[in-house]
Amino acid sequence: MDLSAISPTLLVASLMVASTPILLASIGELVVEKSGVLNLGVEGMMITGAICGFAAAVLTGSPMIGFVCAALGGATISLVFAVLTQYFLSNQVATGLALTLFGLGLSAMLGQSYVGIKPPTTYKLDLPLISDVPILGPILFSHDFTVYAALALVLGVWWFLKYTRRGLILRAVGESHDAAHALGYKVVRVRVLAIMFGGACAGLGGAALSLVRVPQWTEGMTAGSGWIALAIVVFASWKPERILLGAYLFGGVAVLQLNLQAAGVSIPVEYLSMSPYLITIIVLVAMSANRAKSALNAPAALGRVFHASR
Amino acid sequence: MLRVEKRPSPSKTWGYLAPILAVIATMIGGGMMFALLGKDPFEAIRIIFYDPLFSEFAWYYRPQLLIKGAPLILIAIGLSMGFRAGVWNIGAEGQYIIGALFGAGFALAVYPTESVFIFPSMIILGALGGFLWAMIPAILKTKFGTNEILVSLMLVYVAEQLLASMSLGLMKNPEGFGFPGSRNLQQYASAHNAELWIGSGVHMGVVFGLIAVIFAYVMLARHQLGFHIRLTGESPKAARFAGVNPNRLIIFCLGSSGALAGLAGLFEIAGPSGQVNIDFNVGYGFTAIIVAFLGRLNPFGIMLAGLLMALTYIGGEIAQSSLGLPSAAIQAFQGMLLFFLLAVDLLTNFKIKWAKTEIIV
Amino acid sequence: MNQTLLQLDGLSKSYPGVIANDHVSFKIGSGEIHALLGENGAGKSTLVKMIYGLVRPDTGRMQLGGQSFAPSEPRAARAAGIAMVFQHFSLFEALSVAENIALGMEKPPKSSALSMQITKVSHTYGLPLDPERLVGDLSAGERQRVEIIRCLLQDPKLLIMDEPTSVLTPQEVTTLFTTLRKLKSEGTSILYISHKLEEIRTLCETATILRNGKKVATCDPRENSARQLAEMMVGATLNYAKARTVKLGEVILKASNLSLPPQSAFGTSLKNISFQLHKGEVLGIGGVAGNGQDELLACLSGEVLTSPNAIQLNGNNVGHLTPNLRRALGILAAPEERLGHAAAPDMDLTENSMLTAMVRKKLSSAGFLNWKQAREFAQRVIDEFDVRTPGPQSVARSLSGGNLQKFVIGREVLQDPNVLIVNQPTWGVDAAAAAAIRQSLLDLASKGAAVIVISQDLDELMEISTRFAALNTGKLSEIQSMAKFSLDEIGLLLGGADAAG
Repeated sequence: MDLSAISPTLLVASLMVASTPILLASIGELVVEKSGVLNLGVEGMMITGAICGFAAAVLTGSPMIGFVCAALGGATISLVFAVLTQYFLSNQVATGLALTLFGLGLSAMLGQSYVGIKPPTTYKLDLPLISDVPILGPILFSHDFTVYAALALVLGVWWFLKYTRRGLILRAVGESHDAAHALGYKVVRVRVLAIMFGGACAGLGGAALSLVRVPQWTEGMTAGSGWIALAIVVFASWKPERILLGAYLFGGVAVLQLNLQAAGVSIPVEYLSMSPYLITIIVLVAMSANRAKSALNAPAALGRVFHASR
Repeated sequence: MLRVEKRPSPSKTWGYLAPILAVIATMIGGGMMFALLGKDPFEAIRIIFYDPLFSEFAWYYRPQLLIKGAPLILIAIGLSMGFRAGVWNIGAEGQYIIGALFGAGFALAVYPTESVFIFPSMIILGALGGFLWAMIPAILKTKFGTNEILVSLMLVYVAEQLLASMSLGLMKNPEGFGFPGSRNLQQYASAHNAELWIGSGVHMGVVFGLIAVIFAYVMLARHQLGFHIRLTGESPKAARFAGVNPNRLIIFCLGSSGALAGLAGLFEIAGPSGQVNIDFNVGYGFTAIIVAFLGRLNPFGIMLAGLLMALTYIGGEIAQSSLGLPSAAIQAFQGMLLFFLLAVDLLTNFKIKWAKTEIIV
Repeated sequence: MNQTLLQLDGLSKSYPGVIANDHVSFKIGSGEIHALLGENGAGKSTLVKMIYGLVRPDTGRMQLGGQSFAPSEPRAARAAGIAMVFQHFSLFEALSVAENIALGMEKPPKSSALSMQITKVSHTYGLPLDPERLVGDLSAGERQRVEIIRCLLQDPKLLIMDEPTSVLTPQEVTTLFTTLRKLKSEGTSILYISHKLEEIRTLCETATILRNGKKVATCDPRENSARQLAEMMVGATLNYAKARTVKLGEVILKASNLSLPPQSAFGTSLKNISFQLHKGEVLGIGGVAGNGQDELLACLSGEVLTSPNAIQLNGNNVGHLTPNLRRALGILAAPEERLGHAAAPDMDLTENSMLTAMVRKKLSSAGFLNWKQAREFAQRVIDEFDVRTPGPQSVARSLSGGNLQKFVIGREVLQDPNVLIVNQPTWGVDAAAAAAIRQSLLDLASKGAAVIVISQDLDELMEISTRFAALNTGKLSEIQSMAKFSLDEIGLLLGGADAAG
């Protein structure tokens, strides 16, 4: 065992990369939930995005096209959820589960011929001198562009929800669809768009996994990241800025346990691999234990079916 | 424009027709998917739905129907009670693994003692394992209000790691030449969940599945507990008013579904699978969610749905070898079935009408 | 009356099985306060929703200021100068006052400018409000101010108010009327929807009366007595419940220092509630919605448990007992929300009888349920309380509000309670059913049971209560004999003044 092999600088730098997939997926789910919809299909949308992005990048040789296709793939499959829950008024929990089961199957099917292939490499920030500054260089200035894009997206969502009229409408719809409907806002349209945004973000998160983090395609490679993204939304009590904290925390745990595995700590590998899931549970419990505080931010209409009558 | 209108009361006819319609729609949708993969859709559908029952080799596949259907039905019966009450146990896969580990662990510990008490003890331990694993989300939910969906699901991944650790470590076969995996329980007479009649596919899991179906039916239709479960699902506030203790109901729903999933895992590991190994769990715990919905959360419906889903597993395997259909295609196919079912469910509670001027949705 | 602002011409709207509006025509003049009067279900809401663009008429036309007017959505109606204050459902609790107001405007100014406008308008019209507060923390009266200011900021030509006083104390009503009269003097027309006759007679100069979707008359309410208006509205001569003189029996139920912390983020707490309930009396508990009514009922029914001695029945502690244990002792309750609390919407009436009658009617043995007996009991409730429904196999939500309420009250009354607690027993129920329900409560009391009626309808409480107390911000006033009160005094009590006279 050699713990000194773990460098804190590299740890921070790699946790930023490691947390990007869940960061993307959870910021998307935050917007969906803020509109009052609970989409449990994040895992399915993420893995669909992972394979769509991977296949497109391999076929075209362009990671950029890969990311675009991942977002499109995630948004398209989320549209199925949107149509079922918003037009067919199906139960959101059941439909979200169906989305996850379907996405896992579909992606495995699409990904058959992509196992073991190396994708084209993505653009990495590499500023002469600046990227080589000790500590700050690796942490701030030498990441893959997805890391910066995800941070920008979090900032964008925060600004959108807080300062724009459309953001206000979205929050209003999630707070009370009946009131929003009575004021003449198109509840279903707002929610469908939010769901598709969430799908696109989850798709991007999947691609960040298959094109940057791993980078490779394997069946079921999201391994619960989508579910962790859902947990992060709860952890963040529906605040974008806290999504960042949550994602980095989980990314940190994941990276740390990998580093510990590599360093040959005497804890068996399996128990280290469990840790992100156990930490998720602990965090969920901690959050729910002081619910009074966080409940204020939970959208009041979350998960309820909206059907305008009379 | 099409208009959706709530029915004054849910349609009974559509309640029965909806699953059938969903299966037909899935055959069409799945056929299109297979065609896109370059396979003959008609042949694929025939292989999946017809061949296992009526082809030349049906004598081999028919017992498989029971072997694959039993765990699905056992798990889905348990899940359906929770789903009715709005308690979402998504982690049956984990409870299935832990149940198997408890039962198999006991058998491996007492190996090679032969006794008639071994198998019954394994059954009890299997149920206990699943029950305890499900108590984690149950207690967290009742004590702290933690979301049971996420906790039960996270525990699946934890259980999978435990399974891996057991098959590579503690439970590894000392005479296994270093290969992962435990001793094969099929070769340990006292612990073997053997077929009751050779070649019938009927093992104790099938018997327990049938008992669970009947038990669940009687409970839902005639017993106070079943009434309270239905009431809680319909309207939690009305249930509270009727005197239902929500916490006790959560414990019951999660506990019983965990115990049934644990039983399913035990019967599988002591019978068809035989071995504690990394690839022991094949997703029955997740497919059972589809089975529960397809059976409309009704015990006898679940029995039929479980057999149908077992059919697609077997048919999928045949199609894999004869058509080269990817194994994942069946998983996508099953997911599609749940989508269609949720979509046609609309017809049970709503009427669709042509409207001239107004759009309500 | 000066020139016509809005003219409705033969508006009809039907839903499956119901004709909500049948060729309704009338005019609203500029600067007029026009009442729209009718019972629940008479078609007032549908009519107003057509004017506001939420529902499109099947046939008929509207003209606004001489121009053809057919709003396809509320936005179009707002752009044309129509604003609406809703009875419920149009505020967002977790958003601030300013955000709520911005959502009701087409092109809201920047938030700082909006806050200034809100403060200015609220001063002009005597409706003080802090723009930064969360709506969830406001009282019902304050919430209504938010809605009104939201409308006023748009300079509407026509302001629609849907049952605006149902959540207000009499004093708040007076303030509201002052505001409305000021608006009228500035030339704004007001369409005022209500079923409260005295209010309309003081405020409005024209009234259109609807019954079963049809217009019955347009008249000057000041020239008709309340009784005449009521009979036009109901279409029959009304039977009022018979008042009784009651000698108070012995104390049966006693609450002492009953307190409860808030159950949710915007919930109300109960503070040291004490009272004694006597056999044979109807105790009326008045108060504006959201002042602890639901919480009080939950404590008494056993849905929320308290310390054992906070509630006593015949001297025995019952505060810690669950609903079914209390039912066994004869404490029954009927909550306000019919669908989803008192009854499960998608279950049939047999199952809904099982819901509360399992214990007292012995519908189960060893946990197994006797559905046949439950069906017979449901049938008995249907027969004795004149519930109009095809039979016990109908699901609860297929019944009309009045019929379901008769079922809910009947289900409890026929279990021979010793104590019955009801919350809003006639809310949203037609007049005939309301009269029948009140009569059944009086009959129950005269047989020796004790009844608590929690209600926001003061007329109802004055009609049936033996004694009265008011619930305000979770505190219960001193109980006094009903005969001692005037409406003004009750108003003061509801507003939180300690005791009347």
